[in-house]
Amino acid sequence: MKKITNALALRQIQEDLKKNYDPNKQMVTICAGTGCRGYGCIKVKDSLEAEISKQNLNVEVRATGCFGFCEKGPLVVVHPQKIFYQRVGERDVADIVTKTVMQGEVIEKLLYRDPVTSETVMKEEDVPFYKKQKRLVFGSNGIIDPTQIESYMAIGGYTALAKALSEMSPEGIIDEVKKAALRGRGGGGFMAGTKWEGCRKAHGSPKYIIANGDEGDPGAYMDRSLMEGNPHSVVEGMIIGAYAIGASHGYIYVRNEYPLAVVHLTMAIDSARDAGFLGKNILGSKFSFDISINKGGGAFVCGESSALFASIEGRAGEPRAKYVHAVEKGLWDKPTVLNNVETWANVPLIINKGADWYASIGTEKSKGTKIFSLVGKINNTGLVEVPMGMKLREIIYDIGGGIPKGRKFKAVQTGGPSGGCIPESLLDLPVDFDKLYEVGSMMGSGGMIVMDDRSCMVDVAKYFLAFLQEESCGKCVPCREGVRRMREILEDICAGKGTEGDIDLLEKIATGVADGSLCALGGSAPNPVLSTLRYFRDEYDAHIKDHHCPAGVCKALITYSIDPEKCTGCGVCIKVCPTQATSGEKKKAHTIDNDKCTRCGACIESCKFDAINVK
Amino acid sequence: MVNLIIDGKNVTAKKDAAVLEAARAAGINIPTLCAHESVSRSGACRLCVVEIKKGSRTRIVTSCLYTVEEGLIVNTKSERVQNVRSLVMELLLARCPESEVLQKLAKELCVEPQSRFVADTDKGKCILCRSCVRVCEEIVGVSAIGLFARGSHKTVGTPYNEKSDACIGCGACVYVCPTGHIEMTSTGDKRKIWGRTFKMQTCAKCGKYFAPADQLKFISKKTGVPLSELTICTECR
Repeated sequence: MKKITNALALRQIQEDLKKNYDPNKQMVTICAGTGCRGYGCIKVKDSLEAEISKQNLNVEVRATGCFGFCEKGPLVVVHPQKIFYQRVGERDVADIVTKTVMQGEVIEKLLYRDPVTSETVMKEEDVPFYKKQKRLVFGSNGIIDPTQIESYMAIGGYTALAKALSEMSPEGIIDEVKKAALRGRGGGGFMAGTKWEGCRKAHGSPKYIIANGDEGDPGAYMDRSLMEGNPHSVVEGMIIGAYAIGASHGYIYVRNEYPLAVVHLTMAIDSARDAGFLGKNILGSKFSFDISINKGGGAFVCGESSALFASIEGRAGEPRAKYVHAVEKGLWDKPTVLNNVETWANVPLIINKGADWYASIGTEKSKGTKIFSLVGKINNTGLVEVPMGMKLREIIYDIGGGIPKGRKFKAVQTGGPSGGCIPESLLDLPVDFDKLYEVGSMMGSGGMIVMDDRSCMVDVAKYFLAFLQEESCGKCVPCREGVRRMREILEDICAGKGTEGDIDLLEKIATGVADGSLCALGGSAPNPVLSTLRYFRDEYDAHIKDHHCPAGVCKALITYSIDPEKCTGCGVCIKVCPTQATSGEKKKAHTIDNDKCTRCGACIESCKFDAINVK
Repeated sequence: MVNLIIDGKNVTAKKDAAVLEAARAAGINIPTLCAHESVSRSGACRLCVVEIKKGSRTRIVTSCLYTVEEGLIVNTKSERVQNVRSLVMELLLARCPESEVLQKLAKELCVEPQSRFVADTDKGKCILCRSCVRVCEEIVGVSAIGLFARGSHKTVGTPYNEKSDACIGCGACVYVCPTGHIEMTSTGDKRKIWGRTFKMQTCAKCGKYFAPADQLKFISKKTGVPLSELTICTECR
């Protein structure tokens, strides 16, 4: 693309591009995010292209970013009718092209079917999963081709940058972001505008801005999907931020485990530079700025700002005490603004539509929307973007479709490994930064892990502490040694070796680790223990005092038996048992020898009659 | 100069002084393990934490790193501080049960070993304070040792635990180690440290072995002083 040198030229090019990307044009979009790639969407895309060319059609097949409804991938939308097909395989391609694309006929079996009413839904926006969402940041993912800058520009991409550079002063932009009350989406929830202002006013040169794409929470992948699906929104936000702050260089710190994000971001940066959005004299202005990509080596702690700086600087990713803020002394000890990927992607929206519009969405102190990754024991696994303040119940039941197999909801873990578990009694909690903190959890980067009544909360706390023990950088004593000791105690409790004073000791260690750790990772590491103790203390007591795991998870505390009333003597459990613990004659109730049984659960999984009891 | 209050006492300190120094100058003792005067500070051991009050907000900070501020109110013995300190001691005692230094310090701080923790047997006396790594990098300038792995697997050593060509056998790491973890033996013309055996140099005047030959070569190269002038021990110089 030829360098664009002013706002007017940009508008002209956007107008021309819009014609090429006419929404009423026939087109097939297919989700090509990492999740759908796992389902084999690239093969589906290749077959679609082959079939379309076989039929001599002039219809574009566009591989886009993640649509969010990962549970039902691969996802295909046929435009302009926006017919939404789910779980599409290569076998369906010929029908999609010959029936839907060529004749407008809807293929019923590929439509989403409501599990409750059994009715099919034709359009994406009518699927319950999408209906209650407000996809401001994430919405373009399903439309644009993330590898083509033109695709982003055709939906108005880089208009905000042109507006910022030609109509706004750096201070004006900071005021707008402050007025919008945009809070950092990475965890802390600090006011982005205040951070920017501090950095603008700080002495020292050069100044840096960084996008934090080191998304390491288990089960969280919203930043990945943004970087993969709409990389230019992040890049545009960063350029605007750099102009506001007076930064000359920026970094995107992205995990090396996100190869597709790295590829798409690299393409985005290169094409933005070719178009004149990066480099010297951006859009003909006096402002110059460029972005490099820094690949992280997979350390969770590198999502922490000072560890991230150390990693970019080429040192081991260890945090340092932050008594001088990063806006004054950050990367290479220079003034630095670090914001999360999603935070940057919000910036163009605020500039385009104004702070008043943005601040009208959300709650009093948490504005805008938030993308959550809804995973675990939930029917509709996927990425959801909702206005701040939506109740947990709405997210889990209305959007998430509730708990699979009609089981009972037990808890939702928010905020990543160092977040907390929120019980059923708090399902009507409006989700925002402060409310989550009040109940002992946090927003984190937006992970939501749903658990049902078969999740043991002591086991859950143990899992997260094991993760944190592995991911602690090991620099300071409370985090390195304290998290390990808490995990050891939890392991004992799960193994039936818990002792009377364990809960008090856990609380004591947790408080000391929270108070005494060097960085926020250590400071929040005890949250899984503290929040499960707060809401599920009875489960701890049951493990320690009664040697009983109420959820039937902790192997040392449970026994399997076969209900003779339900057992039909089909023999499946005998076949699947790896230790020959199940036995019995055909058509007669089987039994389990608990000395041989390892509680692996294979019999439970395979029994069609729900005859295995866990006690 | 900056005025602040530490444990109710009015204290005046130099502008860039750490709270730790300000307190010590005022006769207030704050225990430390990883703060060594020769090397930069990392705030790793967390023993020197204090509680500070600014306005209505209180927080725990590391006194070895936190610089004094006008009007700052510091409490070095608050309940929160004591809790962190005793936890750190309990954790370190379980990690390094054989360290006499830790045992003595625990006694001073009235901390008993936590019986619920299973004592480690594989950590020696190393508390991972990283003073050795810092002295090797910052003072000696060879960076022969470093920190490896992360979390509870973290250790100090030479790369891949192999004999290091960068090590000059100077023993500075042994000198700064607060717990005596690093082993160095000097017998006759040999010194053993970090798995390597160094040849010792005799003094040209008194004939005693006084420093590893590699160390003298390194100093000569670094300072430009001829090696012949360095082969006289400090006592004979």
